[in-house]
Amino acid sequence: MIKTEDINFYYGDFQAIKNISMEIEPNTVTAFIGPSGCGKSTFLRLFNRMNDLIDGTRLTGNFIIDGQNIYDKSVQVDELRKNIGMVFQKPNPFPKSIFENVAYGLRVNGNNNKKFLEERVEEALKSTALWDEVKDKLKKSAFELSGGQQQRLCIARALAVSPSILLMDEPTSALDPISTSKIEELIFKLKQDYTIVIVTHNMQQAARISDKTGFFMLGELVEYADTKKLFTNPAKTETQNYITGRFG
Amino acid sequence: MKPTELELQALRTETDEMWKLVLSQIEKAKLCYLSYDRELAFEIISREKRVNAYDSKIDSDCENYIALYAPVAIDLRLILSLLKIVNTLERIGDFAESIARQILDEDYPKIDTALAEELQIETVFDTVITMLMECYIAFDTENTKLSGKILATDDKVDQLYYDALPILSNYILANPEKGVYSLKTLLILRKLERMGDHCSNIVEEIVFYIDAKVLKHTNPKKSVDKQ
Repeated sequence: MIKTEDINFYYGDFQAIKNISMEIEPNTVTAFIGPSGCGKSTFLRLFNRMNDLIDGTRLTGNFIIDGQNIYDKSVQVDELRKNIGMVFQKPNPFPKSIFENVAYGLRVNGNNNKKFLEERVEEALKSTALWDEVKDKLKKSAFELSGGQQQRLCIARALAVSPSILLMDEPTSALDPISTSKIEELIFKLKQDYTIVIVTHNMQQAARISDKTGFFMLGELVEYADTKKLFTNPAKTETQNYITGRFG
Repeated sequence: MKPTELELQALRTETDEMWKLVLSQIEKAKLCYLSYDRELAFEIISREKRVNAYDSKIDSDCENYIALYAPVAIDLRLILSLLKIVNTLERIGDFAESIARQILDEDYPKIDTALAEELQIETVFDTVITMLMECYIAFDTENTKLSGKILATDDKVDQLYYDALPILSNYILANPEKGVYSLKTLLILRKLERMGDHCSNIVEEIVFYIDAKVLKHTNPKKSVDKQ
């Protein structure tokens, strides 16, 4: 369970996130939508403390994952990120083989047992429906894969370290429709085992794949509701104007 | 199967179930009419609520499907057709219920068997049931070859209805005390005739869904024959 209480986040003097409180159930897909600069990606990056890397940022409020405030001083950021995988807009495989890309996180965590690595790599590639496509060329460079395959490889890399939460920041915006469809099918399948939070500019994608949707505007969470409800009868006029294309 | 396909599959399954329910409502209305079975009439009236529930549920699911998945091409035509087919099935269900209510009407005694035979009421019932069954097969198998046959059958139902008018007119002249009974019998035939028309409307929707052809406001039989 993910729970945020009155989260405010600042880049210097600029307040990017304003008083956001929300709950995300396990094994669900939650989509964040909203116009550019509304704070949805910033909010997503708070889930694994990615914004810690930016100087001059400040957060107030409680960000609780599985009962623990992840911004407590006692929390080890490395440990936190083991539990929360992240996939970015542009596929970013490492300049290594397909196998080593997936095994990377495991090796960093000190797992070097060959049999263990082979099993986990196969499992991760199978769960991203990539195994059949790459099983005969695991030693080849990840850059030989297509854009869609590279993105699924990055998802496999994130899954290999067994996180419970998967963050996706516009994971299909650089992909063609067929690759996008494959990733969407994958998200639908993965929610059985993971809690997925996705930022997307594509409203139809949010509608297709998510259980709940949050609409952000000017750093505020304007509406957060079941996706069916939000796309058929939104409670707020701002949401209605955005999803119908009258604004944004 | 993709999530969108799973949703479409679920919608089709719900529609199939509603279709079977409406078919059984007409079959029961026929039995109820021919055997003057008042218990069966109550059963039909009670089951009409389920028909209405399917209508509302599928309407809402279609709305959700359009809002969430933005269907195009054959998927869009399927959803648009389903909205109309389901609405039409609900109306057919209303007619079946209305026949059942008429059986419960104190003013409507047991049927005059000779008159019913002359009016071929059982045949009209059977013809409408066959039409709706064939519509179901055409939809389920995504095959419009049956369309022409179903539309031609509707002409037969219309003819049986028009043939009934002089028969009932003569019957009233011969049995003036049975004027109300005769008019109510005509109402039953009218409901069956309307059911036939609704089956034709369903055929138009099936042709729109499968062949992307609009038969509405044309002579549908001619348009289908041309295929």
